[in-house]
Amino acid sequence: MELKIRTILAIRMKIITNIGLYFQMLWVVFSKPEKSKVFRVRLFDEIQQIGINSLPIVALLSTFMGGVIALQTASNMDSPLLPAYTIGYITRSSTILEFSPTIISLILAGKIGSNIASEIGTMRVTEQIDALEIMGVNSLSFLVLPKIMGAVFFFPVLLIFSIGLSLVGGWIAVTSTGLASTETYVFGLRTFFVLSNIGYAVVKSVVFAFVIVSVSSFNGYYTSGGALDVGKSSTQAVVNSSIVILICNFFLTQMILL
Amino acid sequence: MIEIKNLNKSFGDRQILFDINAQFESGKVNLIIGQSGQGKSVLTKCIVGLNEPDTGEVLFDGRNFTQMERVERKDIRQEIGMLFQGSALFDFMNVEDNIRFPLTMFSKMSKKEIQKRVDFCLDRVNLNNRNKLMPSELSGGMKKRVAIARAIATTPKYLFCDEPNSGLDPQTSIVIDNLIREITYELNITTIVITHDMNSVIEIGDTILFIHQGKNWWTGGKAEILKTTNPEILDFVYASSFMKEIKENMQSSK
Repeated sequence: MELKIRTILAIRMKIITNIGLYFQMLWVVFSKPEKSKVFRVRLFDEIQQIGINSLPIVALLSTFMGGVIALQTASNMDSPLLPAYTIGYITRSSTILEFSPTIISLILAGKIGSNIASEIGTMRVTEQIDALEIMGVNSLSFLVLPKIMGAVFFFPVLLIFSIGLSLVGGWIAVTSTGLASTETYVFGLRTFFVLSNIGYAVVKSVVFAFVIVSVSSFNGYYTSGGALDVGKSSTQAVVNSSIVILICNFFLTQMILL
Repeated sequence: MIEIKNLNKSFGDRQILFDINAQFESGKVNLIIGQSGQGKSVLTKCIVGLNEPDTGEVLFDGRNFTQMERVERKDIRQEIGMLFQGSALFDFMNVEDNIRFPLTMFSKMSKKEIQKRVDFCLDRVNLNNRNKLMPSELSGGMKKRVAIARAIATTPKYLFCDEPNSGLDPQTSIVIDNLIREITYELNITTIVITHDMNSVIEIGDTILFIHQGKNWWTGGKAEILKTTNPEILDFVYASSFMKEIKENMQSSK
């Protein structure tokens, strides 16, 4: 029993220590970059790596996601009193409010998060981070800040891209199966449209971008050991950022929508 | 010159370094030797500030590094070049960019001057036609040479080499050793080399600090270390059959 309590206390202490260390890391990350010219080059590299390279996977996922939402909505509409344009209406609302910002972020947490953690983790175990520190470079600011800025800047672009393709996916699904005409689907998309919902989705995407990059960088930066530990950090980064995304999603929905 | 005064370091309950006092002179190759796990790397990391000592001082030409803030340390760090055991080249940059990196970050040189310096450093380590290769395309010896070129790019006052010969064949080891020695004398810098390699000790060691059980066990020159009667040093120096043979030859020639 005593051993159990000790273990629980040790785990709690570890969690509290890690949270403290995470905020300490952020403090150092957001210090002024060493050289703005170098920062700009790294920022564009990261936009390419994190943002532009994610376009194909986001496009594929969003198109099929939109198609599935539209088909599932249509298959659940048993009542003849429900108009056919409801398919477009529900596809739009689900996509903007939840699927594009949250599901795409969770998928990207796997793609980008593991990539960041393994990249920084490998730099740690091969002493590349020590080499930066010895040169007098603020390694956290140099490595992590361009990634955070790049993701925060480009995630809203990915979000809009995802919403657009998801709605197109829904349209392809309903028209090719004859469940609704183009006019009915588009009418549904335009019905009861609330512009502020886009703002809500953008806020979510920015927060999730920050969470994915900062949590994954934290896991990578504090890796110790060898190749096996880099793998563990990479997995942990995906798990941690997914959990934080879900928690943030709950609170953001409560704060903004209710 | 680098001075270490009463340096102690522990990790948790385990004390690694005990009251280390040492002086490393400029224009000389200063070796830190000892068996694995005796605290050599921890000592070096304490000197360059990658580990914080529990107590004690590290002075770079009289400047107390241990008492400095992060921002103040930056100035001294820009005077330090370091060659890591695994070379630690940035694997997302090619050879040329690796050497250019510290110059781009901290020097006020023009692009042309930086390129000239990069070419000079590559030439100095005999790698002038490999500038566009990525680190993954280089052999172990080449990686070490690029790392040396990067370390000397900013014309450092202090050069640290952590086991520069690990994983290299004997011939390449001699090339690296000679390069370290030549650069030390050319630039009149304070060089500290951590090694277990007795060939390096004999080839390049001007002063030697023997670390044993985390303590400064012995200090002297390479001629003295071969004549010492200290049992721990004898165990270390004459561990290999080759060194044993040298010892026997020395004794028989007397």
